[in-house]
Amino acid sequence: MGMPISHIMTSGMSGIRAAGDLVARMQFAKNMRIDEAKKFVADKLNVAPIDLSDEFAMREIREDLGIGVITSVAEAPKGIAAKMNIEKLLDIEINSCERFRNQI
Amino acid sequence: MATEYSIRMGDGKRVYHDKKQIMDDLEAGIADAADLGEISGLSSDETERIAEIIMLEGRMVGVEEGKEVPVTHDISTLRIDGDQGNSGVGIPSSRMIGCMMHERAFGADTMELGHIDYSYKPVKPVIAQECQAMEVCQQNMIIPLLYGAMPNMGLYYTPDGPFENPGDLMKAFKIAEAQESIEKSADHLTRDMIWIMQHLMRSASDGVNFDTTGAAGDGDMYSTLHAVEALRKEFPNMYIEVGMAGECVLGMHGGLEYDGTTLAGLWPHQQAPLVSKAGANLFGPVVNTNTSKSFSWNLGRAVTFIKAAVEASDIPCHVDMGMGVGGIPMFETPPIDAVSRASKAMVEVAGVDGI
Repeated sequence: MGMPISHIMTSGMSGIRAAGDLVARMQFAKNMRIDEAKKFVADKLNVAPIDLSDEFAMREIREDLGIGVITSVAEAPKGIAAKMNIEKLLDIEINSCERFRNQI
Repeated sequence: MATEYSIRMGDGKRVYHDKKQIMDDLEAGIADAADLGEISGLSSDETERIAEIIMLEGRMVGVEEGKEVPVTHDISTLRIDGDQGNSGVGIPSSRMIGCMMHERAFGADTMELGHIDYSYKPVKPVIAQECQAMEVCQQNMIIPLLYGAMPNMGLYYTPDGPFENPGDLMKAFKIAEAQESIEKSADHLTRDMIWIMQHLMRSASDGVNFDTTGAAGDGDMYSTLHAVEALRKEFPNMYIEVGMAGECVLGMHGGLEYDGTTLAGLWPHQQAPLVSKAGANLFGPVVNTNTSKSFSWNLGRAVTFIKAAVEASDIPCHVDMGMGVGGIPMFETPPIDAVSRASKAMVEVAGVDGI
């Protein structure tokens, strides 16, 4: 248990605390190497790549874009709704969103 | 007297080495990887940089700001609610709670759902439950959520499975029969993994993680590559991750090929192009830890192998860095001084795209 947390603390991008999930999605969705994925996401967010791991910089951006934050914010999108906003932001298709759309 | 630094052995035990011993061990580990893999060693600057990381003050170290990478996860939430006498801590919870804890409390960049046995074969009888769990988790999660399990082809051999155990056949010098059993098991495993992931993709999974690929040798990898190929064809947008079991593919069969390349004996830099060719998005190379050697020897060796794999790959490489791989001591609770130093060296010297 402590081993993965040690990696997150040492090298990780902090997931939805910052923008690690977005960079990981571009690696998976478009086979982007790390620098390309960071640049792509940073350009979409209009920030510098270094900001992608900065919890302070990313908090307000995530809240404004409705792409999910870790705390409870009234009327803020969560789950599928947040992922639908990520689809639009990154111009990718996310399977869970697509399945959701097909059911309504 | 030279300054001595606290480091670890490959089994996690603390020892004290001076800089000369650290450099000697690093160079020996690098040379071992270069010799086995027939790859370039590290430059003197790179070797010196790893030594600096090993000798850094402070219990835990971190990558330089701006060099962070996504950290993907294997073994699912079993590390929280599971306990197989290894890394699970056996806390009563649910898999959805485990996924959400990773996302919201631990800062994980991706996560995965998995069966308690963490092999594909046992998933078949409970596929409906796995699909239900995936749907519920996807409703609540934001980070990429894959389905993960081990191909674990050993489960297809007697006494656990339908095909005669090739180990028993080989002991009786029935080599051709052993090879035939491996081939049949591989085909069966491929069909099972495709069938399972077809269901989970229809239940909203972001994709799949084939964890510990090649654990049962070249047949295990052969099966996985064919499953990747078929899934990529059916699901063009599926996230596919292939993580290896060991640094070298064991030739249990010896003659199996993928895309004209013999699988037995492949090292990480030779595995990467095949994984990409099959259609995976992300490759998890492995380098095993030698418990009798120092952390310096193991880390130098691991960084050398992984740097070559990163250079040979045209897809992102997330190096496997669990207990006993990637320079990390072979221990259930690896010391964080060693974990953080290995993590930093892999990012800053090997140039990995993630962990």
